[in-house]
Amino acid sequence: MSVPFYVSPEQIIKDKADFARKGIARGRSVVVMQYVSGILFVAENPSRALHKISEIYDRIAFAAVGKYNEFENLRVAGVRLADVRGYSYDRRDVTSRSLANAYAQTLGTIFTETAKPYEVELTVAEVGATAADDQLYRLTFDGSVADEHGFVAMGGSAEPITAALSERWNENATLEASLATAVDLLATHGAAPATTADSTPRRTLTPAQLEVAILDRTRPRRTFRRVNGQRLADLLGVVDDSDEAAGDPN
Amino acid sequence: MSEFRRGRGSGTGLPDAYLATGSSSFTEFLAAHDPSLLPGAGLTYASGVPPVQAPHGTTVVALTFPGGAVMAGDRRATMGNIIAQRDIEKVFQADEWSCVGIAGTAGIAVEMVRLFQVELEHYEKIEGVTLSLEGKANRLSIMLRGNLTMAMQGLAVIPMFAGHDEDSGQGRIFGYDVTGGRYEEHRHHGIGSGSMFARGSLKKLWREDLRPEQAVEVALEALYDAADDDSATGGPDLARGIFPVVAQVDADGFRRWGEEELDPIVRSLVARRSERPDGPVVPVSEV
Repeated sequence: MSVPFYVSPEQIIKDKADFARKGIARGRSVVVMQYVSGILFVAENPSRALHKISEIYDRIAFAAVGKYNEFENLRVAGVRLADVRGYSYDRRDVTSRSLANAYAQTLGTIFTETAKPYEVELTVAEVGATAADDQLYRLTFDGSVADEHGFVAMGGSAEPITAALSERWNENATLEASLATAVDLLATHGAAPATTADSTPRRTLTPAQLEVAILDRTRPRRTFRRVNGQRLADLLGVVDDSDEAAGDPN
Repeated sequence: MSEFRRGRGSGTGLPDAYLATGSSSFTEFLAAHDPSLLPGAGLTYASGVPPVQAPHGTTVVALTFPGGAVMAGDRRATMGNIIAQRDIEKVFQADEWSCVGIAGTAGIAVEMVRLFQVELEHYEKIEGVTLSLEGKANRLSIMLRGNLTMAMQGLAVIPMFAGHDEDSGQGRIFGYDVTGGRYEEHRHHGIGSGSMFARGSLKKLWREDLRPEQAVEVALEALYDAADDDSATGGPDLARGIFPVVAQVDADGFRRWGEEELDPIVRSLVARRSERPDGPVVPVSEV
C-alpha cells in the first residue's frame, strides 16, 4: 500500500513561485522610467509585431515580461476593461489604479487556484499632469502589487538594472538622456547570465533590437507614442539600420 | 458595476469574458457581455405606439478636394417646430484620419458616434494597426443595422463618413441608408433635412481643383442654402457667434477648423449674401 502523498501548502506555494520566477528570469528585460516630460518604456525586443509595450488608454500604458501568450491575454483584457469603463462613464474615469487592482486580483487568483501560475511580470504606468501625478505599478506573478517611484526594471536582469538605476536615474533627464541610460543598462546587464563574464565584449543594442515607447505628458488625449525607425535612431545618435526582422519576443 | 461580475473566484479581478480570446471589435464585445451599454438599448419596438418626440439633427455636407475631404454641419437641433438646441455638434472626429457626421435622432446618433470612436481606437490598440478606410466605413454600417428597429419606430439615424485613404492619398466620402446600406459618394454628399438644397448648391459650386480653404467655403455656401430653404437647418448665427462645425481630413490627419479661422470666412459669406441673397452666379453660355 502506498503512503498518502502529502505536500505542505508552503511547499506548493514555493514551488509555484520558483517555477514562475524561473520562467520570468529567462526573458529579456524591460525598463520603465519617468523622464522630464513623461514616462519612457524600453524593451529589448527584436520583434516588430509581438509587442511587450502597449497602449491601454489615453494616459495609461502597459509593459510586460515573461510568456507572451499570458501577458498578451492580460493586455487585451486591460484594453477591454479600460474601454468599457471609459465608454460607460467618462474618459477621465479610467485610472491605472483600478486597472492595477484588477490585474492584481486576477494574477492572485490564477496563482492560488491553478496548477500553473502565469510566468509574467507587468508594469502599469499612468502619466499625470505633472511628474508628481505619475503612477507606476509593478505587478508580479502572484498578484503582489507595488507602487513604484521613478523607475521599474523587470525580467531576467531586473536586479542589477534596478541597482544601477537607483544611482543613475534622474527625474529631470531629457528623453535622449533617459533612453541612453536605459539602453546602456539593458546592453550591460541584459545578456544571458552565462555570457556576462568579464571576458565577453560589451554589447551594443541597435534600434532594430529595441522596442521603445513614451507616454508624453504634453500631448492632448492619447499620450502613447511608439518611438521607432528614424526617430529612434536619431535619439540614440546612430544610423537607422532597421530591417523588418520579426523574432521571438522573449 | 458589471465589469466586476466574475464567473469564477472572488474579488474584483478581470471577469472571465475579458480574458477570453475574442474579436477585436468593441461593439461585438459589448453586445456579448454588456448589451445594455449599446446605443438605443432599452428602447424596444412597440407597434401602434406613436413615435417619441426627440431632438433631431439636420444638415451635414461633405466634399472632396485633391488629397482630402471637408465635412461641415449646421448647429441646429429641432423637436417638431421647436429649436431644441442652437449649438449642437453633428460633425465629429472618428479617429486620426477620419470624421463622421450625423443626421436624425440626435440622442442615438451621438451615442453611436461615441461607440464608433471607441470601436476604431479599440481595434487599433488590440491589433496594433488601424483599420482600412473601407473597414471603418463597414463597421459604421454594421452599427447602423443594429438600429433598424428603432428607425422603423421613427428614431432613424443617418450618418456620413469621410476620411483620408492612405492607399490612394485621396479623401473619400461614404453615405448610408437606414438599413445600413453603404454607398461611396464621389465628389460631394449631403445628409439631413436640408440636404436636398445643400446638394443642389454643392453640384454647382464643386470643382476638381478646389484648395482646402475653398472647399470649406463651398461647404459653408451649401449650408447657407440649406438654411435658406429648410427651417430645421440653422444658418450662421453672427449675433451669438455660432458657426458651422468644419472638419478637414487629409494626409496630415484630422483637423477641426477653429472659430477664429471661420469667423472672417462666415462674415464675408454673409456680407456677399446681403448683396446677392441667392448666392454666387454660375456661368451659362451667352447666346
